[in-house]
Amino acid sequence: MDKKLSAYICTGCGIGEALDIEELAGVVTGEMSMECKEHGHLCGPEGRAMIESDMSDGVNTIAVCACSPRVMQNEFDFGEDKITIRANLREQVVWSAGEAEEGEEDSHKEWLQETASDYVRMACTRAQKSELPEAFEMETLNKDILVMGGGIAGMTAALEASKAGSKVTIIEKADALGGKALGWAKQFPTQLPYAELEENSIGDMVAAVDTDGNITVKTATEVARIGGAPGDFKVTLKAAGESSEWDAPAKVGVDEQDLIDKGEMEDPNAGLNSYDKMNEDADVFGAVVLATGWLPADVSEYEHLGHGTNDKVVTNAEFEAMAKQGKLDGINNVAFVMSPGAEEHDQDFPYANSVTSMVALKQAKYVRENSADAKAYILYQHMRTPGHMELFYKGIQQDDGIFLTKATVTGVEGGTVTAKDTLLGEDLELDVDLVVLAAGMVPTTKDDNTINLAYRQGPAFLDLDLFDGYADSHFICFPYETRRTGVYTCGGVRKAMNMEETIDDATGAALKAIQCIESADRGVAVHPRSGDKTYPEFFMQRCTQCKRCTEECPFGALDDDEKGTPLPNPTRCRRCGTCMGACPERIIGFKDYNIDLIGSMIKSVEVPEDDDDKLRIVIFACENDAYPALDMAGMKKIKMSHMVRFIPVRCLGSVNMAWIRDALSAGMDGAMLLGCKYGDDYQCHFVKGSEIANKRMENIGDTLSTLGLEPERCRSEQVAITDYDKIPEMINEFVDEIVELGANPFKGF
Amino acid sequence: MTDEQGTSGAILVVGGGISGLTSALEAAEVGNDVFLVEKNAYFGGRVSQLNQYFPKLCPPSCGLEINFKRVKDNRKIRAYTMTTVKSVTGSAGNYEVTLETAPRYVNSNCTACGDCTDACPDEIDNDFNFGMDKSKAAYLPHEMAFPRRYVINKEGLSAEGAEAVKAACKYNAVDLDMQTETKTISVSAIIWATGWNPYDPTKMDNLKFGQSDAIVTNMMIERMAAPSGPTNGAIVRPGDGKEPESIAFVQCAGSRDENHLEFCSYICCMASFKQMTYVRERYPEAKIYVFYIDLRTPGKYEKFREKLMADENASFIKGKVAEIVPESDGGVTVVAENAVTGNKISQKVDMAVLATGMQPSLAEGAPVDLNMDDSGFVVSDEASGVISAGCARKAADVVTSNQSATAAALKAIQVSRR
Repeated sequence: MDKKLSAYICTGCGIGEALDIEELAGVVTGEMSMECKEHGHLCGPEGRAMIESDMSDGVNTIAVCACSPRVMQNEFDFGEDKITIRANLREQVVWSAGEAEEGEEDSHKEWLQETASDYVRMACTRAQKSELPEAFEMETLNKDILVMGGGIAGMTAALEASKAGSKVTIIEKADALGGKALGWAKQFPTQLPYAELEENSIGDMVAAVDTDGNITVKTATEVARIGGAPGDFKVTLKAAGESSEWDAPAKVGVDEQDLIDKGEMEDPNAGLNSYDKMNEDADVFGAVVLATGWLPADVSEYEHLGHGTNDKVVTNAEFEAMAKQGKLDGINNVAFVMSPGAEEHDQDFPYANSVTSMVALKQAKYVRENSADAKAYILYQHMRTPGHMELFYKGIQQDDGIFLTKATVTGVEGGTVTAKDTLLGEDLELDVDLVVLAAGMVPTTKDDNTINLAYRQGPAFLDLDLFDGYADSHFICFPYETRRTGVYTCGGVRKAMNMEETIDDATGAALKAIQCIESADRGVAVHPRSGDKTYPEFFMQRCTQCKRCTEECPFGALDDDEKGTPLPNPTRCRRCGTCMGACPERIIGFKDYNIDLIGSMIKSVEVPEDDDDKLRIVIFACENDAYPALDMAGMKKIKMSHMVRFIPVRCLGSVNMAWIRDALSAGMDGAMLLGCKYGDDYQCHFVKGSEIANKRMENIGDTLSTLGLEPERCRSEQVAITDYDKIPEMINEFVDEIVELGANPFKGF
Repeated sequence: MTDEQGTSGAILVVGGGISGLTSALEAAEVGNDVFLVEKNAYFGGRVSQLNQYFPKLCPPSCGLEINFKRVKDNRKIRAYTMTTVKSVTGSAGNYEVTLETAPRYVNSNCTACGDCTDACPDEIDNDFNFGMDKSKAAYLPHEMAFPRRYVINKEGLSAEGAEAVKAACKYNAVDLDMQTETKTISVSAIIWATGWNPYDPTKMDNLKFGQSDAIVTNMMIERMAAPSGPTNGAIVRPGDGKEPESIAFVQCAGSRDENHLEFCSYICCMASFKQMTYVRERYPEAKIYVFYIDLRTPGKYEKFREKLMADENASFIKGKVAEIVPESDGGVTVVAENAVTGNKISQKVDMAVLATGMQPSLAEGAPVDLNMDDSGFVVSDEASGVISAGCARKAADVVTSNQSATAAALKAIQVSRR
């Protein structure tokens, strides 16, 4: 694009009163060599008309020096063929200026003017350096969806995607569709008054799948490996239970590879094709839904309950099978044990959920329906029947043959169950024909790779230990997020769910699969930078094969070749820029966000010499959380040090340490990163960005020491979007420390 | 979207809370045109009033910020605040919907500079903070409000106030003659994501809400704990500002009760555990008493419960609260029977928090004819292209609401593609 630039300064909202606008415009027209116009209400119809008129004369790239980029987006959106860069003069300059200290009125005004000038310089520089993105176009795009698992979740995902017009293939390991539901005697009530159990409807669902022209079913089939990327996943299928040369290889680290090469370790991937080898005969899909479900938990570890040693003790799954097969003859008294903790704790069995409470209630009904004088005892610590399931529970309570009590079950011997702390006010000893344990539902992702990706970062989802092996999202707001773009999970792999929950979940997963394919087709990112057309571009000639980018990408978007040269997969990419931050050679960048662009912005900041009142500290702020918090601080008119300059970044993970070096070698006195909380309860929208950035900052301290600079000049802080009341203090303290250290000794060199 | 009147493939989402935002965004990011209407002056709904989400204890505004950014960046979505549905005619694939937009009295010239608020002499009850403080009659609903545009409560504005506000605005954005506007749009499917209201605690005579300042609701605690709330984050007894040395959580305040809400509201147990963390953060020594029927923290929530039940200064009593008695010192006595021991308990505390349940917003009456269950939840009718999502559909936490909202988006898209 042939760029024609212009800058606009808004003098409204107090900007005109606080700043010398003429001088500010002089910065634009002088140093930055750009046209500059002012307006008292730039976001209003007249102000925009002024900009539009310039655009009709050819201006296509503008710097709007006004309010925060987080407001008035529509007002300053002049179309996809125009570039608009914002300088945040309102929230982060004028509104954050605070009152002058007594006797410092003139300096305060001067400092404010300098701050504003720097933001204008940075915006103009950014405008000069930004390019219009061109969406990534795939050579071929496949819109079909692969559903792994043919139970309720998988079949629902397939049926719902089909109803939206998608072609779907379901693969199921077993010989028939249906999954666990095939074994249910009856199912929960699904509508008011939630009183009676319903006949198992799985047959209807299987029939619907069988007659759906959009759905192909492959039973007794498994995935050997999935390579490729959204829009073009290359899937090798195999007969269930068999080995294949295309099985997904385990991840082998550099050290492990060393040992293997020396013959000191067995190659776990012996006989397998390497992960980057493409199977020419693979099936192609656009997206994947993982619905491989759950397995009944092994509860033999609770010795006091006797499963596996006492033949009167069965699990809920085993009892369901007995009911299904009509093997309840002579079983008239049944105790249901909901909690295995004895006197240690009052939790449910591991991997249980409200559905396991519901199953006990359902199975108590089986007992009652088995014979008129049958009795069921439900011994629980906490009865979990959320929402309308409460009505089912209430109905059960009306049944004289079902006894429900809170109880601490201390042991099972033969057919005798002992319990304490019951609602009956006494210790309990029950003689029953059978004891049923409310065992949990273990996600298949806990011990299996399930998804079998042929990716550089390995075949399975990462770090599922955080979620006890569930392939769940860690985001409350965004439940479908996974760290593998184009792969969405639903049903029992996410949590123990009932049928209603599973159907909702699977329908949502089907939507996400369709959405991912549509996004790939448009060449735009999916969540959280939905619609972003930029993608990382690599200048491979200068790549040193250090593998940092391939290792650090939170989403496994980058594969590599034998030498270690990265092989980008743009449709897997979420555009966080962690690869860009990782690259020591600075060869990765986006059209509107790259090393040179941000580096140039930093260098555009004026660094005064020999003035301890004018130290300069660059702060890279996560644009999702820290930056809005800074805006809020401005709205609250909380005073911020005049020595700091904020640069919003996509994610802290994208901050390349070259920028810190640029800042310090330009004479700036300190650098700070403001990003999201990391650790188990991470809040980083790109999962790992803030954590990685923090590690890099620790390492840069060493580098600084060798340069003779104090490591204290760099800091990384974790903040939340609501910390706007704390952040200014945090920053001002850091500034004080820098002031204490004194000016950067390299200033002026 | 090029057509303001909608298209045959367009989807209407009613309600701009977390579920409605999710449905709208997920559908628009597939490529459908979406109208998103919200009756409040801001998007974000109920969750924007929460201080933190359980169990991560992260701020809801973090996810809302992302969602608002998605809305701003997506030309497929037309989002309207202060707008409700007046009528719906037609059938699946071909609905004509009349929308009514109430006057904001502030037009699109508003720059959100805040001068009107500074100049406004009149104050009104702050509904966002459940009336615990006042806001100016010209105001921004809350500081993270999206859209960032001020609102005027005309009834709350005196004649002088009107003059002052008009005079203060340099951008000619105050328009006190603004009228209610209606418009008709064409859509193929409608998603009801109208959310929930806290159950009216005055309906439970025995719990004495309104008869003592010491009795507050769980939603009030959320606002108090929020840095942007009426107390700037302090949890204190309304009225006398006492820092509580003891606090009781009264679970199932309305829920699981055939005289009130017969269903379980799903979130209140976890919400109270979360609020225990708010109390503990501020008052390391305060005594906490939780009165419950069951602790419904299944699955992955068990860890959170376990952690909080280890608190040595917290007691958990299995027993439904029979009565709360206001005391002369400003505190209250919570009366219950311990179901395990059979003992009657009278516990004096400085504050009692009612874990009020979740009543679907449309329980008090839907704007158009809708298939609803006895409790006021909207029942989806897929054939008709009328779909419910989030807490309009069932009592649910945020994760489950968003799953159902994402599912609803696909259901609506299916209708648009039929």
